[in-house]
Amino acid sequence: MDYFLTEEQQMIKDLAKKIANEKVIPVRARLDEEEEFPWAIMKDLAQADLLGLYIPEEYGGVDFGCFETILVVEELSRACCGVSVSYAASALGAYPILLFGSEEQKKKYLPDIASGKKLGAFGLTEANAGSDASAIQTRAEKDGDFYILNGTKQWITNGGEAEIYTIIAMTNKDKGSRGATAFIVEKGTPGFSFGKKEKKLGIRCSTTRELIFENCRIPKENILGKEGMGFIVAMRTLDMTRPGIGAQGVGVAQGAFDAALDYSCQRIQFDQPISSFQIIQHMLADMAIQIEAARALVYATAKMIDGGAKNFSKESAMAKTFASDMAMEVTINAVQVMGGCGYMREYPVEKMMRDAKIIQIYEGTNQVQRNVIALQLIKENMGKK
Amino acid sequence: MNIIVCIKQVPDTTKVKIDPETNTLVREGVESIINPFDIYALEEAIRLKEKIGGNVTVLTMGPPQAAEVLREAIAMGADDVYLLSDKAFAGADTLATSYTLSKGIEKVGQFDLIICGKQTMDGDTAQVGPEIAQKLGIPVVTYVSKIEDIENGQIKLKRMVEDGYEVIETETPLLMTVIKEINEPRVPSLRGIMKAKKIEIPIWDASDIGAEGEKIGLSGSPTQVVRIFAPEVSKEGEILEGEPTEIAEKLILKLKKGKVI
Ligand SMILES: Cc1cc2nc3c(=O)[nH]c(=O)nc-3n(C[C@H](O)[C@H](O)[C@H](O)COP(=O)(O)OP(=O)(O)OC[C@H]3O[C@@H](n4cnc5c(N)ncnc54)[C@H](O)[C@@H]3O)c2cc1C
Repeated sequence: MDYFLTEEQQMIKDLAKKIANEKVIPVRARLDEEEEFPWAIMKDLAQADLLGLYIPEEYGGVDFGCFETILVVEELSRACCGVSVSYAASALGAYPILLFGSEEQKKKYLPDIASGKKLGAFGLTEANAGSDASAIQTRAEKDGDFYILNGTKQWITNGGEAEIYTIIAMTNKDKGSRGATAFIVEKGTPGFSFGKKEKKLGIRCSTTRELIFENCRIPKENILGKEGMGFIVAMRTLDMTRPGIGAQGVGVAQGAFDAALDYSCQRIQFDQPISSFQIIQHMLADMAIQIEAARALVYATAKMIDGGAKNFSKESAMAKTFASDMAMEVTINAVQVMGGCGYMREYPVEKMMRDAKIIQIYEGTNQVQRNVIALQLIKENMGKK
Repeated sequence: MNIIVCIKQVPDTTKVKIDPETNTLVREGVESIINPFDIYALEEAIRLKEKIGGNVTVLTMGPPQAAEVLREAIAMGADDVYLLSDKAFAGADTLATSYTLSKGIEKVGQFDLIICGKQTMDGDTAQVGPEIAQKLGIPVVTYVSKIEDIENGQIKLKRMVEDGYEVIETETPLLMTVIKEINEPRVPSLRGIMKAKKIEIPIWDASDIGAEGEKIGLSGSPTQVVRIFAPEVSKEGEILEGEPTEIAEKLILKLKKGKVI
């Protein structure tokens, strides 16, 4: 499908593709095997200016939007979702500052993220607060010009590798969903440490860690937006980044599909390439249709965001959900088309199948996304009456 | 520090074939790329600039479409680029090429260091670098794997030779050719790519660089290509049998007979 990319968008896509092909594909199996964070690739992405892609020029970025960012995420995901999530999670940490930060906060933190000198991360989830984010127990108690943070965040992507964290903590439990506040917390702040690094099914080169706060003093200048706006910061940020998670689905599915198509044309059984069997042909056709449909939805959502739409929770949720369900199905079928070879680590698709699963889970499970979509639909219907 | 880098646009030879009729390279439909060794030269120049300051100027001789490699050089971080392009340059062998490039370098003017890749992957001669140095009357060090030190006109280089490496101390201005061990080239930056897209590439023809007509292109090239051909692949092989010592003896005999040893 031709999406009539502008010349600049094509340049960005080509650059990301070059990095994916030359820097990611040769090392992805080893990074997965050794569960090693892709620092060298992050440096390449920084050198290429891609870590500051969505950050305005005045804060050291190159001032493109959501659409260009998902082009990069898609290309990287075609090669490795572990790499692409490390890239995307830095944006997840930076977006709250971009969307809600004061001028001083933006000037202080964004240039280092844009240049790739520092990575970002975002900490909301806790052991007792996954889908139900409002159940978070990390507290931030006011103490003069400081807030004292106590609690543990769980499963934070880029945890330990990143330097700049957006943390959601309760400042007033009685106020419920209005009782949370978003803070910028820097690595190295006394009382802020890291817990164990998780061992995962997929995206094994990305780091997932606990963040531990023990009487960690944060100056009040580090509040994002206002006290009490924590969940708004979190929800708006995730609305912005979910199309990127959808782009991961499109990319990984494309990578798996390319491998399966190629294999099916070469593998001879019963004296003919397996691509001559109608069932294989139809599987391939269905995979291609699914990928293209998901891509169209993800691109359209990103364009809606860049176009200045005010509310896009529903569309973001749709893009994330459809693309990730699609990615799971397509990667499973890619393994199936490749038979035993598909199951072997010598080929890339078993990893893609393992990697695809997380896309249905993080940044809000697909069930929760369906809740969001349905509630919005019902709300819209009531508005009509 | 003024650094000049000479680069060449080459067909991606991993995809190139030889026309059996004419014995020439079939270039149609083959992607053109920067000669891979030249990327290391460019990277080293940019690293030096970043370390000690200065200016990186990149030259290439080629047809108008060779401007593409200069755009890539800008995207990586080169400051100035010049395309030496003239119908009269066509058909140049290494002698005419090095003459043309040396005239281009003289026109650029001031330089402390010239860096070239060790060889191109289409011609594979490794002659152009040293010939430029000879024409400019400056020292040349080939197969450089590391710049150990550079200060106040003194330079210390490590060069690979067959049985190890040599460390050479000499003076700038100097020309060196580099091998791929010297660095890991960077990816181009988005800002660089956008700048490169917009930039107008200056083109110098024979008269711009003051080149003499009989020294350029075909007329300046004493090399005559009689025939280019892909060596025939002989599938024949012989498997020697017996105990290892027996096999070794048989092998030595055969090698002696074939005048290999
Ligand atoms: C690898 C990885 C990286 C992550 N990175 C980050 C990060 O960087 N920052 C961060 O803050 N978090 C991160 N997370 C957390 C992630 O967002 C949560 O795992 C996710 O939101 C789901 O929460 P949970 O795992 O606790 O599942 P639960 O909430 O316990 O859900 C379990 C099951 O119940 C279903 N369920 C729950 N509630 C409902 C409901 N109301 N209706 C229908 N079904 C429901 C869910 O869909 C799911 O199937 C990461 C997680 C992983 C695994």
